[in-house]
Amino acid sequence: MTVIFYLSSVIALLAAAIAISRRNAFHALLYVVVSLLAVAVTFFSIGAAFAGALEIIVYAGAIIVLFIFVVMMLNLGPQAAGRADGLLTPSMWFGPALLALTLLVELSVILIRAAGTGTSDTAVGPREVALSLFGPYAIGVELASFLLLAGLVGAARLGSGARSTGGDR
Amino acid sequence: MTAGIPLEHGLLVAAGLFVIGFIGVLVRRNLLFQLLSIEIMLNAAGMAFVIAGARWGEADGQVLFIFILVMAAAEVAVGLALLLRLSNRFGDLDGDSVSSMRG
Repeated sequence: MTVIFYLSSVIALLAAAIAISRRNAFHALLYVVVSLLAVAVTFFSIGAAFAGALEIIVYAGAIIVLFIFVVMMLNLGPQAAGRADGLLTPSMWFGPALLALTLLVELSVILIRAAGTGTSDTAVGPREVALSLFGPYAIGVELASFLLLAGLVGAARLGSGARSTGGDR
Repeated sequence: MTAGIPLEHGLLVAAGLFVIGFIGVLVRRNLLFQLLSIEIMLNAAGMAFVIAGARWGEADGQVLFIFILVMAAAEVAVGLALLLRLSNRFGDLDGDSVSSMRG
């Protein structure tokens, strides 16, 4: 588990450093996804499996997909067709694929080891998290729902006029 | 921590991720990349919470990670909506093009 933690930490730092230095937004997003997956594997390796699953589902699955949607909307121009040509050359997807494959091997090692011993390595399980979240932290859940509602209203208001030429109040 | 990883190493990784995101915010002028860097920074903060929670075997770290997740989702929704407005009005995503107000 120690080796897995350090290896995926290195992958997370490396992928994040590559991501912020890319020119193309799609390639940066690929490396950010790899970085988030690596952080999730570190969570699995230290026994916080619930946080790792949330990291994959919400960060890599929802937030980054939102970024991808926006990048695709921004490309809706006459120059978008030519720009899409260089996106899938092997030199572009080989790096993220190699890092993601390493993470898959690490995750397989964690799962096989957990299946072999019959006991999972979960130090803090979802049950403890849920009891704490809806017990002492219930007020935080309410405030988070306020925040999400405000974010929803703000995004709907700002996004509704995004297709117009602007100038409205 | 469960596997004998020192707490300092985990926090160092989180700090490294935070610094990388911070450098991204400072260096890049593209607003999309700046939003991505902010996501990396928020992720690093959540990672610090989870690692510290795992160190003492408490659930509070993961609870606060969930709150950070909620905040990141709300922030990215509003930020990307603003990004679409800016790209429509100014034609590019350069942060410097909106640095002056025309009030």
